This record gives sequence, structure tokens and C-alpha cells, in this order.
Amino acid sequence: MLRIAKLPIAVFALFIIVFPWIARQIPVIEHYTNIMVFVGIYCLITIGLSLLMGYAGQISIGHAAFFGIGAYVSGILTAKYGMNAWACMVIGMAIAAVVAALVGAPSLKLKGHYLAMATIAFGIIVFIIFNEEIEWTGGPDGMSGIPGLSLFGFEFNSVKRYYYLVWGFVLAVFIFTVNVIQSGTGRALRAIHASEPAASAMGVDVFRFKILVFVYSAVLASLAGSFYAHYLNFINPSTFDLFFSVKLLIMIALGGMHSIWGAIVGTGLITFLSNEWLRYFEEFEIIVYGAILLFVTVLLPDGLAGVPGVVKGWFRKQVSDER
Amino acid sequence: MSADIEENVLELQGVIVTFGGLMALSDLNFKVRRGTIKAIIGPNGAGKTTLFNVITGSFPPTEGTVKFKGRPIQHLKAHKIAALGISRTFQTVELFGNMTVIENVMLGCHTKIRTSFMASGFAVPQSRRKEKQIEESALKILKFIGLADKFKDSADSLPLGEQKLLEIGRALASEPELICLDEPAAGLNETETHVASSLIKAINAKGTTVLLVEHDMKVVMNISNEILVLNYGEKIAEGPPEDVRNSHRVIDAYLGGVA
Ligand SMILES: Nc1ncnc2c1ncn2[C@@H]1O[C@H](COP(=O)(O)OP(=O)(O)OP(=O)(O)O)[C@@H](O)[C@H]1O
Ligand SMILES: [Mg+2]
Repeated sequence: MLRIAKLPIAVFALFIIVFPWIARQIPVIEHYTNIMVFVGIYCLITIGLSLLMGYAGQISIGHAAFFGIGAYVSGILTAKYGMNAWACMVIGMAIAAVVAALVGAPSLKLKGHYLAMATIAFGIIVFIIFNEEIEWTGGPDGMSGIPGLSLFGFEFNSVKRYYYLVWGFVLAVFIFTVNVIQSGTGRALRAIHASEPAASAMGVDVFRFKILVFVYSAVLASLAGSFYAHYLNFINPSTFDLFFSVKLLIMIALGGMHSIWGAIVGTGLITFLSNEWLRYFEEFEIIVYGAILLFVTVLLPDGLAGVPGVVKGWFRKQVSDER
Repeated sequence: MSADIEENVLELQGVIVTFGGLMALSDLNFKVRRGTIKAIIGPNGAGKTTLFNVITGSFPPTEGTVKFKGRPIQHLKAHKIAALGISRTFQTVELFGNMTVIENVMLGCHTKIRTSFMASGFAVPQSRRKEKQIEESALKILKFIGLADKFKDSADSLPLGEQKLLEIGRALASEPELICLDEPAAGLNETETHVASSLIKAINAKGTTVLLVEHDMKVVMNISNEILVLNYGEKIAEGPPEDVRNSHRVIDAYLGGVA
């Protein structure tokens, strides 16, 4: 019953297709295509997180760990063992799925603050492993020599090519997730968000659905990690720290948790802020994020994706006041 | 024996529930005959909601057996019990406020769909067809409970009386054999109470067995075939309304001047 309009998705897809061309015409934003690759990579994570947090109502402040698992599995298996990059990507997702199920099973029984703490703890543990397992991960210095991606001899060796590869995946994942939201599965997730006792009394296997959506979001984060590793050819643990998990949270909070579009909007904004517009703030960047989070939670509880609704409501009020 | 199973939809044997030192239900035994309306009454804290929680699997009893159609179910999780054919409403409204009226009822159909995450994601025609069917049957239920014209409203926006009706509608969506209604008339005015009690009668007329917890004695006396009286977790009377009304223990414990 919940319908997500198709037209905006088509318009958005069109925008994504023409963006590199537009950026090339305007020298000052030419490098935006590169930033958009990162937006796409992060969108893969936040789309899953939006389903987990916004729809199913389960918080996670540990998704940087799954992002890191994907990146390191791809990095280690391709750079050290010369395995096929696509196969490694799938292996990374499978490992992320298993880890998510193992971590999720006990933690998803917890509520609110406790779930937040459990996922933070998990994120920190994985971060420590990335730092300490020097033999495998290269430790704090990171690991380099991760090859790029190619398919049947076609090399994704330019920014533009990688851009289309990543955004192809983002659009597919976005549509898949929209379908889930509009199905009985999405309804069950929203029911769990509203009332677990009522959901289970109506036959929803609450635990199963929570695990399912947690695993799904972890798999997407892992996929994003693989893309990240193959794009930069170098990774180090600091990318996958607690702050990144928080940043993901800020992305979907700013965009609006209760709408899948929020994930896209928030991710785009925060990524451009931190890579471009806020570069000059350097270490004060975090203060700006704090301010954004405060601003959104107080003034825009539905995030930027909620703004059209607010505006519509405002117009309707004006019209009815005039009568 | 099998005739007994046919006859009794629900049977409780020696059910005990303790919360720490508190005995919320003590050695409770009773049966619910198929196709009847059985009311559970008793003063505040008597254990009525606890009884519903045990029957519908919110938590298992500390001891004892709950049999549904002859099969022990006390160890099953709530969603499994729902799938077997027991549905419920809640004393304090537990609607899905983030959903529309019709979506609430559609969620009630959850036991009738086999939702696979992958099938949903790829929007296979089969699962989309199922959605259409569910939408139609949900609309039928909304007509039955008189909320069809509000199907698109947010469940949150309904007045309490309609929220209570919607909870009943949601519980009906799974086509249960036994429906447990926890104070459906609480907080309703006289007209709304009348609507609710006619609705319960109509549900029962369609063959659904009803277990009813209700404080409004007029409703209870009017529509139930049998009444069970609880006091401090103990059964103090059971029988047809006229017998219970005249039982001294009941009058002492509960009805006081009301009846
Ligand atoms: N989860 C719980 N933990 C501890 N004690 C509980 C719990 N649920 C109920 N109780 C206690 O068990 C007793 C029975 O409560 P219950 O809610 O079943 O009563 P009730 O008959 O439904 O009352 P009311 O008419 O007020 O709804 C009460 O003393 C209550 O405080
Ligand atoms: Mg009660």
C-alpha cells in the first residue's frame, strides 16, 4: 500500500546518467564526478541503514565495521592472494552476512540505548582488529596495491567508468529496497517499528525480520567497502572508525530517516560537505556535524526529505486561511 | 476425546503465572467451547490481561498447559500461535500509528502471506498479486467494521472509539478461530460501546469463538454465553451469566453494588 512514486526515481536516474557530462562542461565542478563516486559508495550503506533504522526502527552505530569487512576482505584476497575481485566481493558479503547474523542474534533482542551500545562495541572491536592484525591488514599503516576492477577485459580505470559502475549498483539496490518497502516485508518492518507486541501477535516473526534487515544492511555496507577498496587501491583502518558510523547516522538523519530518499539526499549533502565545502574547517568539521545533527533533530525531525511535506502543509494552510 | 477437541477450542490445565513473588494466575483450569462468547471478568489486577498474554504467547506460563484444538501451545512464540489461528486486541491500543488504516488491517493478514525478502525485492508478479488480494480482503474487513471510508487515514488520526474498532478489524484479518478481546469497550461512550458489542456479536455469528475481557457489565451480560470470574488470579465462579450474577462469592468479590 505504501507507494513510492516512480517518476522521481526516473528523474533521478536521468540526473545520474548526465551528471558526469554536465560536470565536464563546468571546470569548477569537474572534479565533482569523483566525489559522486564516494556519494554512490556511501549510498549503498545508507540505503540499507535507512531500511534498518528508518523503517524497522533498529539503530546501528557499528556499520563502519561491515564497510571495513568488505574493504579488507576484497583488499587482502585480491592484493595478497590474487583472487578474482568479483568473487572476493561476494565472499566479503557472505562474511559480513554471517558476522551480522552472529552479532545481530543477541543484540537485536536489546532495545534502544542497549542496541546502540552493543553495535558501538562491535564497531570498536572490529576497528581494533583492523589495527592489530598487522600481518593481514597492514595495521595502522594500511594496505596498498589493491587492484582496480575489470569485467571481461573492460577496465573500470577512469573516474567516469567507475562512477557508472557504482551508480548502476546504487540504482539497482535502491529499486530493490523500494520494492521491499512496498511489499508485505516492508509492512512487517514498519509494524515492528511501531509495536513489537502487536506485530508478533499478528504473526510477524519479529526476530527473524530484524535479523534479515540487519544482515541485508551489513551485506550492502560490505559491498560498498569492496567498491571503496578497489577505487582507492589503498585502505587503512581510520576510514572504518566509530566516527564514520556516526557520520552515516548523520547522513540519514539529515536526509530523513522515514523516507528512503532521505538516505540519498543526506549522503550526497554530507559527502560534499566533508570532501569539498567544509575542507577549510579541518578539525572543526566535527562541530559542524554536531550542529547539523542538533538542527535536524530539533527543527526537522523528518529531515530534508520531510521538507516537501512541510511545504505542502504550509501551502494548504495558506489556501484554507484565505477562504 | 476427539469429540471433546471438536467441542473445545481452548483448554487451560493448571496454569500458573508468577511475577517474582506475585501469583498473577494460580492453578487455572477452564475450557472454551467452539462458537461461543466467553467473558473473563474480575477486579483490576485479577490477572485477565496476564491470562491473554499467556494464551497468545507473549510469555509462557510458569506452569501448566494451554491447549488449542487439543494441541499444547504454551511453549510456542506469539507469531506461531497467531499462525495457528488465535488473534487478539490490546487493552491499551497498540495500533501501528505509522501506517494507514488499511495497512493496519493488511498487516493483520501477515499469517496468510509467505513473505520472502528476495521475492519482495525483485517484486515477482506472484507476490504483487498476493498484495492485491490482501488489499481487497482488508477493504472487506474495513466495510464490516464500518471504517471503509477512512482507509487512507493514518491510524493515529482516528478517535479512540475507531481505533478500538480498527484493532478488532486487524485481529480479524488473519481469519482466526479464536479471538481474544481485551476490554474492547474501555473508554468508549454509550453509542460506541453499542457499536462495539454488536460487532462482537456479528463476529461470533460468523463462527469465530470469542474470549472477552470487559468491565462493562451490560456488555458482558448481554452478549456472553459463559462468564468466568477471576479474583487475585483465582477462578471464583464460572457459568452462564444468570448463574454468575447470582453467585454470592462473585457479588462479594467484585460486583458489589453494580449488578
Ligand atoms: N509483566 C509483569 N511483571 C510484573 N507484574 C505484572 C506483569 N504483568 C502483570 N503484572 C501483575 O499481575 C497482576 C495481574 O495483572 P493483569 O494486568 O493481568 O490484571 P488485569 O486483570 O488485566 O487488570 P485490569 O483490569 O486493570 O486490566 C497485577 O498485580 C499486575 O501488577
Ligand atoms: Mg488488563
